[in-house]
Amino acid sequence: MALTDALKAEFDELCKKYPERRAGLIPALHRCQEELGGWLSPETITDCAEYFELEPVEVYSVASFYPMFFLSPVGQHVVSVCRNISCDLRGASEITKAAKEHTGAECGKSSEDGHFYLEEVECQGACTNAPMMVVDGKYHEDLEPADVARILGETR
Amino acid sequence: MTSHETYLLNRSKLADSHTLEVARADGAYGALRKVFETSMSPEDVVEEVKKSGLRGRGGAGFPTGLKWSFMPNHESDTRNRYMAVNADESEPGTCKDRVLLREDPHCLIEGCLIAAFAMRLDAVYVYVRGEYRLPYDRMQAALDEARAAGIIGDDVLGSGFSCEIHMHKGAGAYICGEETGLMESLEGKRGHPRPKPPFPAGFGLWGQPTTVNNVESIFNVPFILDRGADWFRTLGTESSPGNFLCGISGHVERPGVYEVPLGISARAIVEDLAGGIWKGRALKAWFPGGSSTGVLPADTLDTPMDHDSVKAAGSMFGTGAMIILDETASVVRSALVLARFYEHESCGQCSQCREGTEWLEQITDRMLSGQGKAGDVELLADLSNGMTPGKTICALSDAAAIPMLAALKHFRGEFEACIPTTAEAPV
Repeated sequence: MALTDALKAEFDELCKKYPERRAGLIPALHRCQEELGGWLSPETITDCAEYFELEPVEVYSVASFYPMFFLSPVGQHVVSVCRNISCDLRGASEITKAAKEHTGAECGKSSEDGHFYLEEVECQGACTNAPMMVVDGKYHEDLEPADVARILGETR
Repeated sequence: MTSHETYLLNRSKLADSHTLEVARADGAYGALRKVFETSMSPEDVVEEVKKSGLRGRGGAGFPTGLKWSFMPNHESDTRNRYMAVNADESEPGTCKDRVLLREDPHCLIEGCLIAAFAMRLDAVYVYVRGEYRLPYDRMQAALDEARAAGIIGDDVLGSGFSCEIHMHKGAGAYICGEETGLMESLEGKRGHPRPKPPFPAGFGLWGQPTTVNNVESIFNVPFILDRGADWFRTLGTESSPGNFLCGISGHVERPGVYEVPLGISARAIVEDLAGGIWKGRALKAWFPGGSSTGVLPADTLDTPMDHDSVKAAGSMFGTGAMIILDETASVVRSALVLARFYEHESCGQCSQCREGTEWLEQITDRMLSGQGKAGDVELLADLSNGMTPGKTICALSDAAAIPMLAALKHFRGEFEACIPTTAEAPV
């Protein structure tokens, strides 16, 4: 989707924080993903490139480096289950299994109805409250497998 | 039960501790005022932090005051000067900074302002990992409150000193916790670590003098200035003074973030604070300070948790984030989980790391799925030795190799047991 005037105005403010405008790129890509359909489409990348006076490939190069950015469409609700050591030791694989069952999606894929996107992610920094998952940016910690259906059900 | 003086988390226990009103009533910004009212010079502040012996809490344990003193002389070098606060907390096992950002952002702001005064900074950037939404929002709200109250921006508290503090959001890459990767990322680029030298104090953000400090390091600063370096040295050990936040996770009854003095025994943390190994089981192994520190066997649990003692025990203090494995845990599985992580997070610049992490993952994966080959254990060791020490631009390669080598050293039998007796030698 195309960059809106409202976002451009927001980026004008954002870039004032830095001596060089380009420093605003990653925060700007976050805002694009939030506002423009949940992923960074080629059109969004091209518009951002124009805004930041970069080549589209430079913006793509940056966006593709960071796991939080999606470069293809994803389901409406993003479910990220931590698979790193502290969560693994306390049953993360059972959380992933429950999430697969509830969403009907495989890891790295969206559900058929497009409602969910499911992924396993690396450490989210909530290790003392393992296992955990993130749903649409919100942390859910100290999980039992039985909690998963209830939490994901709240997105319906 | 362990009883000791605390300071880092005291305010966090108050209701609404993140608001300016509560923080101020609890003494926030008192240390900053003291710096101004007692007419300390920037050099005096650096000296006090040096004298305190504070060591960085982000993993390397480098003396904070010494790092500050590396910033060039402001008269002979008139370039802009910056600090980046490293809140890209992503070392597996580590989740202490999020507590500080979330519960007591004003203390971090105060520390930033004192550091900014000491190093004559033009601006401070707080680089928060993108996933930490609530901690980011709390910090941003605290900055807005502080700005409205005249605490940041122009003429801080009427002192004539001015400094801006800005929030910056990362996007999920572990390597951006490496200080030069962080700076590249903050500039809007891929988080590729830079070769050193030049060091950040000479060539940092946008090529200007820069210091990068961990959240918890800066968080200690107001207490040091308020109560003095001598007070700080009454806590902890001679070479590692102060308290630290120990996040303990894995197989314990009460995982959590606990404030303890450096030098406390790991056993006291596990048994007294974290309630012991869960389910009445016995300890098999533990990581002292995050996943990049070498795993240690159970008989080392009396090790004091300070930089020198953990090093003497054959590992590293790291972030002080203890990860506990009970007697039923598989060290090989943990090795796989971590190998997969480092493979995912390698930025790909150096071949030892890019290829090495992938090999470590593939070999441990096949060992666990019953496809191990004769010679795999030796291959893991050989590969790891090819990745460390100091063979790459940054320490991610070492961080992947060190825990693997430690696991092989202490638990070699577990790896060997994964090789079928009929296994063929690798082709």
